Amino acid sequence: MLKRTALFEEHVKLGGRLVDFGGWELPVQYSGVMDEHLACRASAGLFDVSHMGEVHVEGQDAESFLNYLVTNNVAKLNIEQALYTPMCNREGGIVDDLLIYRRSKDRFLLVINASNTEKDYKWIQSVAADYKKQHPDLRISNESANYSQIAIQGRKSAEILQKLTETPLNKINYYWFKEGKVLGNIPAVLAQTGYTGEYGFEVYVPWDRGPEVWRALMKEGAALGLKPCGLGARDTLRFEMRFPLYGHELSDTTNPLEAGIGWTVKLSKGDFIGRSPTSILKEKGIPRDLVGLKMIGRGIPRPGYGVFTEDGAKKLGEITSGTQSPSLGLPLGIALIASSNAAIGAKISVDIRGVKVPAEIIPTPFYKRPY
Amino acid sequence: MSFPTEFKYTKDHEWAHIEGKNATVGITDHAQSSLGDIVFVELPQVGRSLKKGETFGVVESIKAVSDLYSPVAGKVIAVNTALVDDPSKINKTPHTEAWLIKVELEAASSVSDLMDSAAYSKYVESLH
Repeated sequence: MLKRTALFEEHVKLGGRLVDFGGWELPVQYSGVMDEHLACRASAGLFDVSHMGEVHVEGQDAESFLNYLVTNNVAKLNIEQALYTPMCNREGGIVDDLLIYRRSKDRFLLVINASNTEKDYKWIQSVAADYKKQHPDLRISNESANYSQIAIQGRKSAEILQKLTETPLNKINYYWFKEGKVLGNIPAVLAQTGYTGEYGFEVYVPWDRGPEVWRALMKEGAALGLKPCGLGARDTLRFEMRFPLYGHELSDTTNPLEAGIGWTVKLSKGDFIGRSPTSILKEKGIPRDLVGLKMIGRGIPRPGYGVFTEDGAKKLGEITSGTQSPSLGLPLGIALIASSNAAIGAKISVDIRGVKVPAEIIPTPFYKRPY
Repeated sequence: MSFPTEFKYTKDHEWAHIEGKNATVGITDHAQSSLGDIVFVELPQVGRSLKKGETFGVVESIKAVSDLYSPVAGKVIAVNTALVDDPSKINKTPHTEAWLIKVELEAASSVSDLMDSAAYSKYVESLH
């Protein structure tokens, strides 16, 4: 039996095409991936991301524990600020990437990938079991069943969301949030975060209040071009920004330094899980690099396709994500390849159904918002 | 969704319109709808011989790559090159303007195993 979010009935009513996504029955599209993608870029898109996992980490030892658990620096996080970070295993591979919201000095909200929720929670608990022996004031709970998460993304997002809340959204900076109310009495975390590259917000409300918030946003947004967006558009939007997706760009055997998120690794902050293998990798030189590429020949690069030298003789790595970019109208790819051939402008080739098709490494993000 | 009665259909959602010794081949309205926005198509060279069931090209939507299987055996005599520049035509007119290839049928080519439109409609319904 597939799990359903509180918004399931809304997706059915809106004609969403439902698929199994990591055990969740969610819409891959409503009106069409292209239409939804372009609506989000031009105006605004509404996403049900309630399948994401939420974990509370609280107590006087919460900050130091999280700083040991993840690679980025939690000690620098202010109250009402959010942080993107991987958490690594002891070999330096990525267990998951997540957001950490600091709600007070001792209270943190972690948002983790849906398909990794159980794995992550077990991992966090196993790390905490040891950690608590020295630092006992630490409480961890899986709150995933208690949150509906709705993302509203796009240049019109604040205008629409503001109609539901008195919290001044223009006072919330990128990667900051406020706790307030929506629709009068519904407690909400209102964060300027997202996964599309657009100006936008992620809104966390109690699980059973999700539907009324969704419906209110759909109503207020209708005249402004807001469209509901499925998992398909969520993927193409993040792809154009080269935002990594766990299972594609990130895995248990990929180090953050290879995966294009080296900026999230703070080797000088003190010890953390995966620090030692990561600093050895940095000293020895990073063998692989995550790059963006555009096709010169005909064809669309797809996950798993081999990437080769220009002459096709030597394999360099693989495509991790690739599609026809809806915003740019070009076939583009993200690939994890040997650093030796990863410079911007380097010519390579992609094995598309047995033919080595020429391609070129280009800068990322592919898409830059025009406002 | 309606399927022309003069066509024959495969379980892979191709159609064949047989007129004399030639067949026009395309994908069905159901196929284009399932795929979503079609953004790429790869078609064979004119002159290529196709066996029945052989892969003769691909269509790609934003999310997925799908092989095209020939519903008939024969030689490719025409390719709809307009689709290469505008693959989204397949979403708009899959049964008419956006045909994929025309095939000169092999003398021994049989289409008796293909579905008629009523059988194909039932088949599509059974997939839901």
